Amino acid sequence: MAEIVHSKKALAVNPLKVSQTIGASLAFLGLNRSLPLMHGSQGCTAFGKVFFVRHFREPIPLQTTAMDQVSSIMGADDNVIEALRTLSDKSKPDIIGLVTTGLAETQGCDIRRSVRDFRVAHPEFAHVAVVPVSTPDYVGCLESGYALAIEALIETLVPESSCAGKRPKQVNVLASAMLTPGDTEAIKEWIEAFGLRPIVVPDIGDSLDGHLVEAETSALTIGGTPRSEIEIMGESTATLVVGPSLHKAANLLKARTGVPDYHFAGLMGLDDCDAFTQALAEISGKPVPEKIERHRAQLQDAMVDSHFMIGFARVALAGDADLLGMQVRFLSSMGAEIVSAVCTHKHESLSALPIAKVIIGDLEDMEIEARNNGAQLVIANSHAVETAARLGLPLLRAGFPQYDYVGGYARTWVGYRGTRQALFDLSNLMLEQHHELAPYRSIYWADDRDGAGKQHVISSAATGLVH
Amino acid sequence: MKASDIQALLDEPACSHNTKEKSGCAKPKPGATAGGCSFDGAQIALLPIADVAHIVHGPIACAGSSWDNRGTRSSGVTLYKIGMTTDLSETDVVMGRGEKRLFHAIKQAIDSYSPKAVFIYNTCVTALIGDDVGAVCKAATERWGVPTVPVDAAGFYGTKNLGNRLAGEAMFKHVIGTAEPAPAKPRADGLPTYDVNLIGEYNIAGEFWHVAPLFDELGLRILCTLSGDSRFHEVQTMHRARVNMVVCAKALLNVARKMQDSFGIPFFEGSFYGVQDVSNALRDFARLIGDPDLTARTEVVIAREEAKAHAALEPWRARLKDKRVLLYTGGVKSWSIVSALQDLGLKVVATGTNKSTEEDKARIRELMGEDTKMITDGSPKALLATYHEYQADILIAGGRNLYTALKARIPFLDINQEREFGYAGYDGMAELARQLALSMESPVWAAVRKPAPWARQSGPGTVLAA
Repeated sequence: MAEIVHSKKALAVNPLKVSQTIGASLAFLGLNRSLPLMHGSQGCTAFGKVFFVRHFREPIPLQTTAMDQVSSIMGADDNVIEALRTLSDKSKPDIIGLVTTGLAETQGCDIRRSVRDFRVAHPEFAHVAVVPVSTPDYVGCLESGYALAIEALIETLVPESSCAGKRPKQVNVLASAMLTPGDTEAIKEWIEAFGLRPIVVPDIGDSLDGHLVEAETSALTIGGTPRSEIEIMGESTATLVVGPSLHKAANLLKARTGVPDYHFAGLMGLDDCDAFTQALAEISGKPVPEKIERHRAQLQDAMVDSHFMIGFARVALAGDADLLGMQVRFLSSMGAEIVSAVCTHKHESLSALPIAKVIIGDLEDMEIEARNNGAQLVIANSHAVETAARLGLPLLRAGFPQYDYVGGYARTWVGYRGTRQALFDLSNLMLEQHHELAPYRSIYWADDRDGAGKQHVISSAATGLVH
Repeated sequence: MKASDIQALLDEPACSHNTKEKSGCAKPKPGATAGGCSFDGAQIALLPIADVAHIVHGPIACAGSSWDNRGTRSSGVTLYKIGMTTDLSETDVVMGRGEKRLFHAIKQAIDSYSPKAVFIYNTCVTALIGDDVGAVCKAATERWGVPTVPVDAAGFYGTKNLGNRLAGEAMFKHVIGTAEPAPAKPRADGLPTYDVNLIGEYNIAGEFWHVAPLFDELGLRILCTLSGDSRFHEVQTMHRARVNMVVCAKALLNVARKMQDSFGIPFFEGSFYGVQDVSNALRDFARLIGDPDLTARTEVVIAREEAKAHAALEPWRARLKDKRVLLYTGGVKSWSIVSALQDLGLKVVATGTNKSTEEDKARIRELMGEDTKMITDGSPKALLATYHEYQADILIAGGRNLYTALKARIPFLDINQEREFGYAGYDGMAELARQLALSMESPVWAAVRKPAPWARQSGPGTVLAA
């Protein structure tokens, strides 16, 4: 059981947290022909765009209601309607994710009413789905904003129904913000190996995986979960929920559709992976494919091989709750010690983690604890590069953002194979900093024991020895 | 900040935008707007001051997605790279505890990092709830004895450009003229030293270090660069310069103009991109200082450096000759970089003129001829259409268009502030040439335009399986 400790500082130094607005936008970027629209000042969107572009190395569709000085004071409802109209007309999206910012929320906007006004004023755009989400940045973090967007999406687009299981091979996956495009792809393959057809919501593995397409430009997302798939989630035979942050969204989906759900806190490490595989075998009624058995055996082998390096390794971790939880449980299961765990906001899942303490704070908090507790390895986002450098420790990049590292977004962490690769990488980072014992020289040794006052090494090849 | 104050700032008499039909900036259009806000602009202008604690006062969004993303470099202290924000919570906003939190945050920054000064950036939420950042800064300065400067440039005030100007205004009002520079040490060669300032140079990727040695050689001491690789004390002493150079930035003209009015410091606008422009800038310094010996020495340095630069560029010229460039960038850069490209023998077939003045446009015509296409629509679609229509070989633009180009499988060069390479100065030209050739000559373009073998339509040589 972990104690949750709030950092008591007035000033956040080297922030770890990213806003809810960004998180909600990310969720909408995983839907097909979709467009996130931030209700706020144009800078909110410009920053968000740069943030995503640098992480994914992709063009990112993102728009703004462009609140200025007058509309910030006098009301910006017209901006919302005008933006929805312009985008519906120009870009013809299937879905617009209308997410709010701190500015709009402080002003007291009512986006649901604005959407209703838009519907009345522009019936010609009735076919464009608009999903409103309130995501002020003075609450929560990227992960919670993302979860709010998924909840709003279910509320807006999944009809209430009672035809669960009508499509016996179809399963829903609610995918947490911690999952990368690589993860999403691995999860789909995993499910498909059992002859099932996954609907992943949102599917950033299909939209943000980085692939060249015929079209030169697009104002909307290319790839991602199609709206038509979201609308038939009620006919699935099961829902697989990955990440504690999506519990509420899962409950909402279950209440609307009656589709039974299976919850997974994460998909890293043998136990997590076994639970998921077991669930898929139950849902499909099929035996576990040989290939997956093989991957499992490979992971077990890697666990044995790498326990020398990872056992007792002192790790400092920082991230949003789902990611942090998954890494903590995985590392603990390998015998590593978590000497610092810093999270961006308080989530109920944190207190169940098998460590003594989780700090709700920033990268400065992690740096201080890591130094005090003699950490050997840091796992955090790219902002921790300087932190790790000051600590003199290697950094394994995980979470958002990763702007200085090509392919970070594509990395697969989950599944038997993803876990195995993580074990290899962690082991190598530990091996690289392995220090040899300092040699002891006896006081009885002659000064010229190694030759005429010099200590030099003769390579075995130079001595003419053959091995 | 009052609307009238903002209006006054937008009305900049020294700015050539002002006299033409395009004064101030257009109102942003909901659903069809790109570009940063005033807060962004203020950070760009001031964050490079390396020994200052830069605190963003607001909830997490403003600092959370933007800290640690600037390309500016420091030669020493790196305090500016530590991200700081008051990260206001819902209760702070609702209960109005922002000011109190800010006051303690300033104390914490001073205790932990001993900054030379603290800058407080106002943001949308704190501006809307009426936090009196100015009063908190005043109280903090008195209480803790470290200069604490309010930068009131909340996002909704306007564009990035306005943010630059608000930041300049804050420096002029609170910092410039508050300390005296130490006298310059006498030079070993006995030459006189003249103090100058650079305004609007941000040392992106460390590029100014290509140019700085020439200043030292000529006896031009840079009292302060606002703000690349600068220190707080240097900003305080800017009022003692003999000449100000405004580098590639209309936005900070207000600082130069006010320093001319208040301290009688003459200024000129120039650029360090392109051999010709660097030479011109050095000549302008000599001209405004008015020392014939300096003028003579400047010509010697220019002759030497130009010869060196031309020799370094020679091998690139053959490779780049007659390649066609589509340039999409704002304002002054629309022509200042053109001369750099022409130096290399490239042909600029079209250029963006969205933020350019009539004066800028006249320069473009003069440099590139009447038939050059001027682009005002910067949407990805329009840019690509122009690229194809004018048979360009490379797109040169800001980072936001990088993936527009790559997705369309066309070569690209980034010239904005997030870039990793320095192009300024005589030496920067060779780097520019190298980067241009690197992208245009890359074998990947042919590879990614090629359809998969099995997707080939029945062309010549296709073997059909029986």
